[in-house]
Amino acid sequence: MEKVLTRNVGIEGSRTIEVYRKRGGYETLAKALKMDPDAIIEEVKASGLRGRGGAGFPAGVKWSFMPKEPTPERPNYLVCNADESEPGTFKDRVIIENDPHLLLEGCLCSAFAMRASRVFIYIRGEYTLGAKVLERAIGEAREAGFVGEDILGSGWSCDIVVHRGGGAYICGEETALMTSIEGKRGNPRLKPPFPAQFGVYGYPTTINNVETLSCVPFIIERGASWFASIGTDERNTGPKLYGVSGHVKNPGVFELPMGTELMEIIEEHAGGMLREGKALKAVIPGGSSTPVLRADECRGLRMDFDSVAKAGSMLGSAAIIVMDETTDMVAVMERIAHFYAHESCGQCTPCREGTGWIEKILRRIRRGEGTPEDLDVLDQVAANMQGITVCPLADAAAMPCRSFLEKFRDEFEHYVRHGRSPVAAG
Amino acid sequence: MFDEQFEKRADEILARYPRRESAVMPLLHLVQEREGYVSLAAERWVAEKTGVSPAHVHGVVTFYTMFRTERHGKYVLHFCTTVSCMLRGVDHLLAHAKEKLGIEVGETTPDGLFTILTVECLGSCGTAPVVQVNDDYYEDMDIERLDALLDALAAGKEPPFPPGPGPRRVLVEGD
Repeated sequence: MEKVLTRNVGIEGSRTIEVYRKRGGYETLAKALKMDPDAIIEEVKASGLRGRGGAGFPAGVKWSFMPKEPTPERPNYLVCNADESEPGTFKDRVIIENDPHLLLEGCLCSAFAMRASRVFIYIRGEYTLGAKVLERAIGEAREAGFVGEDILGSGWSCDIVVHRGGGAYICGEETALMTSIEGKRGNPRLKPPFPAQFGVYGYPTTINNVETLSCVPFIIERGASWFASIGTDERNTGPKLYGVSGHVKNPGVFELPMGTELMEIIEEHAGGMLREGKALKAVIPGGSSTPVLRADECRGLRMDFDSVAKAGSMLGSAAIIVMDETTDMVAVMERIAHFYAHESCGQCTPCREGTGWIEKILRRIRRGEGTPEDLDVLDQVAANMQGITVCPLADAAAMPCRSFLEKFRDEFEHYVRHGRSPVAAG
Repeated sequence: MFDEQFEKRADEILARYPRRESAVMPLLHLVQEREGYVSLAAERWVAEKTGVSPAHVHGVVTFYTMFRTERHGKYVLHFCTTVSCMLRGVDHLLAHAKEKLGIEVGETTPDGLFTILTVECLGSCGTAPVVQVNDDYYEDMDIERLDALLDALAAGKEPPFPPGPGPRRVLVEGD
């Protein structure tokens, strides 16, 4: 497939506006500003673009919830979610660090379609390089007249602000992210009201992922049907960034058509298994919160929203974590449990207590002090956290726990019986 | 409590936002960059600048893991111990660093040079394991590269290689 989202990666000077414009950059913005904003929204709807942050909600539909006639007293906002914190996910960083102007052009085209007068790019605090690259790019774009007052003489004004996070995974959740922009602790809030009615400062707000927004200029430039012609079917369209990590020879981010087969991604693009002669054991397909797949479930699986859901997991952020047969699955699950216990904001009791107990029980099992009853308690604790909290972090912790227990039950039982893993090394 | 130039930078940050309270985190980052940590006095300064209470600022400081309330070493070594880095052997790397520097996680060497911390996923999974030294990501790390980096920093020299990805490493048995 022709590279689109990553076409400027590796090009000398790709961060500069000069190189970006030489390669056709910002021409789409000029085109968009001459269009009817609603026509852009319709185009994005028709493209089938679904959110690349994890939930997979149709982007154009989300945009259509925004008020059509914002006022200076009640402006529309666009937020770019660059918090990228789901373990295993490192795809947005590729765009931010290599092609910041693509992201800015995507933000501007999208903001224009939604009649937003301000864009916040919420970038995770640890991405200091990314934040600097974006700040510089915004300065260049402002100087060239693409950001600020009366952009390209269109009468439309829009400012972009980079807002750095502070090392809290929960701020990738859209309501926590908005709370964080408001200068508060990142506690999620209940929906409804949804951000399009009550967002940042209570103003109508739409939150989209970096990769989602970066698709928009290409949809405007080449048309919805071009975008929709890539991928599995009309519900799973477009180019997609797959991030592969773990036990592969050539980990990295690969831009491929939506719905590329998982085994093709692992074997052809990521170079196959890291250690010669060691077989694939398991794959986490979409970041650490998505249910794990056994090797046999990976064969023939297409990496798109609906196919992965049908296989009992989620495409999530398409962060593919590969594990070979030497992997101690209980140790991996303990590490995942630690992450969610650490990152729970503590607001809802089932999450605060549940994530802590899952970690404690797994620690006990790993120390060789687990009992057979522990396995059922683990599953019950996880089951009791699901679907009853303000945000999905509790579910994000429960899903891997229950799937690891279900699919690698024998390893957990071996631990409980013998006090150690059935595999030699971890 | 700060000089004029610093106050000016703070005011520039405040001017970016429609509401002052949004500048709480950026100002905390600014203070920490300069002081190495966020003191109670700095919290009060941020509160004044942004029009929120000092308690509100303290709540923010203690919520976000990147804000520190005490001084750390000159070089803070953040080891990412989440899944992808774990699968690529960060546990061995961390154990080596602890032994080499003679400190545990959360501690600082007596000379005030190094602090070891563990952090959650840094988004460097394709170039795991990653060690973030202050702001910079050193990727594709192994014991050899870590030793070279720490030795150079300890000797007051420039790092022997730039931040970012390293040569593709091959796992050793036991990783």
